[in-house]
Amino acid sequence: MRIERDVIYIFIATLFLMVAIPWAAGQLSEDIFFEWPFFFEVAIGGLLAGVMYSLVALGFVLIFKASGVFNFAQGAMVLFSALTLVGLNELGLPMWLAVIVTLIVMLVLAIVIERVVLRPLVNQEHIILFMATIGITYFLDGFGQTLWGSEVKILDLGIPSEPGFYFGGAILINDFDLVAALIAGVLVVSLALFFQYTRIGRALRAVADDHQAALSVGIPLKHIWVIVWAVAGIVALVAGIMWGSKLGVQFSLALIALKALPVLILGGFTSVPGAIIGGLIIGAGEKLAEVFIAPLIGGGIEDWFAYMLALAFLVFRPQGLFGEKIIERV
Amino acid sequence: MKLTKMKTTIIAAAVIAGSLAGAATAFAADSQFIGSLVYRTGPYAPGGIPWADGFADYINLLNERDGGINGVRLDLEECDTAYNTDKGVECYERLKNNGATGMPAVMPLSTGITYALLDRVVADKIPLITSGYGRADAADGRIFPYVFVPPATYWGGADIAINYIATQEGGYGKLKGKKIALVYHDSAYGKEPINTLQALADQHGFKLSKFPVPHPGLEQKATWLKIGRQLRPDYVLMWGWGVMNATAIKEAAAVGFPREKFIGVWWSGNDADMIPAGKAAVGYKSLQFNGVGSDFGVHKQIKKELYDKGKGSAKSAGNTGEVAYNRGLQSALILTEALRAAMNQYGNKPVTGEQVAWALDRLSITEERLKEIGADGLFDPIELSCVDHLGKGRAKVTQWDGKQWETISDWIEPNSEMLRAMYEASAAQYAKEKGIMPRPCG
Repeated sequence: MRIERDVIYIFIATLFLMVAIPWAAGQLSEDIFFEWPFFFEVAIGGLLAGVMYSLVALGFVLIFKASGVFNFAQGAMVLFSALTLVGLNELGLPMWLAVIVTLIVMLVLAIVIERVVLRPLVNQEHIILFMATIGITYFLDGFGQTLWGSEVKILDLGIPSEPGFYFGGAILINDFDLVAALIAGVLVVSLALFFQYTRIGRALRAVADDHQAALSVGIPLKHIWVIVWAVAGIVALVAGIMWGSKLGVQFSLALIALKALPVLILGGFTSVPGAIIGGLIIGAGEKLAEVFIAPLIGGGIEDWFAYMLALAFLVFRPQGLFGEKIIERV
Repeated sequence: MKLTKMKTTIIAAAVIAGSLAGAATAFAADSQFIGSLVYRTGPYAPGGIPWADGFADYINLLNERDGGINGVRLDLEECDTAYNTDKGVECYERLKNNGATGMPAVMPLSTGITYALLDRVVADKIPLITSGYGRADAADGRIFPYVFVPPATYWGGADIAINYIATQEGGYGKLKGKKIALVYHDSAYGKEPINTLQALADQHGFKLSKFPVPHPGLEQKATWLKIGRQLRPDYVLMWGWGVMNATAIKEAAAVGFPREKFIGVWWSGNDADMIPAGKAAVGYKSLQFNGVGSDFGVHKQIKKELYDKGKGSAKSAGNTGEVAYNRGLQSALILTEALRAAMNQYGNKPVTGEQVAWALDRLSITEERLKEIGADGLFDPIELSCVDHLGKGRAKVTQWDGKQWETISDWIEPNSEMLRAMYEASAAQYAKEKGIMPRPCG
């Protein structure tokens, strides 16, 4: 992948501002506590949280790449997969078997969505497909709860959540965040390699570029859609496991889609690396802002600041940091 | 032929009209209708389900054991709001005219729905009972004749939390120079305790630091790095809701803040909030306006009359001791005691909202009455009057041991003198804005 020069400039400028603004705020205001170890603690915490955002954002990117559809149902898929996993586990299935059965359920779901929702809508406007995914969201939210109940369920991976101190005790990093980021990182890299170097990955990118051209060279569109929805289902399951073990498996899991949106805006809707870098910038940016800027304006800015940061990037890169530049000749 | 067609039309119209009339009177004329606004679905369902189960179980217990209240059977109908204000208003409108006398009172179980119904309940003469949520200043019954707030308010909760901390530290004098942080849901609900806490901070010399958490509160790392690594307060209070509670407790553990010095209001103290937090929640404390566990007479009766006969609302009798379940029981108890008092006054037949408001204005649930019900120790006695729509407003402090809540304090009474003045000032302001003339309470 060739990285454009302006992306590199924007990236360097972002890094500079992420360090300079907190430092300057610390110098100018007594309300801001700035010390370098604390700064790094916040930044690292943010980067680790960012990897978790990337995990959710990936599911959106996959489906958008393959079909140009913004899958509103990704958050609901996270909830549905986690509910199914824990529900099966509670029924007595060992965890490994529950994971396999859940993967099968997500595959069946992908096939059903392709047959019932997507296939009848081929060649329709993208907005129609988007509206259809809103329908899928409400269906999955309701169906998942009807099937498995609305009570909060525990998903314990056995990862300790006590504080861990690193760099001679100077910097606190949560072990759970480290492990979660590691797992998410492995998945993200695997998917990036899958799309870059496998036949299916290439076919998928071809479909993303042009449905009709892909069909004309013999790429089966409906199979690609099933595959991509199934892969998005797997990503949703991994996200569901990680976020579910953090927050408990409950309806609120569907809301983590909200954390992925600024990542997508910033990173671009069509780029797997964009989802990763976008997640890291959003994660670190929102945490640094909450700690070093929020006290000056009353606090609680983390969520909207992420969107503001993403929109600021759009001023310089309207297609997102790694998104495809769309040139339409009229 | 024409005549036959006309006949058919008339018969069809009669059948439709008949079925519509039947639908309108689906509830027996001699039974008391009770509408229950619940949320068994949606993001807050984990806290809403046990409440709804507790409420339904108590109503069903009265029907099964006593045949209702004073011989009048109770018809319960639930409407699911999903904790959504517009759905809540829709539920209220749908239920308010049901039954022989309409809905006798509404318990919206949401501060948002409460605010949306404030004017409607006055017009409809249906009492609005908000137990531990809603407007604290509705404790002034002269301005809010149709709103009742027993057994506690958020302002009282804030005062009780500081009272408890003072006890831990060896008296109010020891609070000077201490640092207390408030982590709150960034909404009208979460901001409720701020004025009270600030007044107490000014009075006792502790420093109050505020940390708003935007809804839904899935991510709080930055907030907790500020609290645990930068401010390092002596105590943290929490006015959280839903998934925000478990996340906060986990993040507190992640920065090593001692859970024993972390105290939540009652809505941050559901079993459903502790379970996902796992080991991180051990030692965390929460205020409760009701007792915890199922070791009470009323639970035993519910088990015998309902669960042993397969008629319980919760999954099993084992779920009947959850904090939110007990809160549902308490709400049902307040309502049914008011119904009983209204029937004693107006006759043993279904009563209207206005008659129940009369009963609530003089509601008396004494220690003796609680003993009869099998709820002594579970709930605090309640005495209301035309002026006072709150009662004592007491709460206990409980601590999570990893599996269940343990009560670690006796009932703590808030500073009623200070709070009453605040309620009245705020209610007077509301009356001025709305042009309400305070009713006389001779």
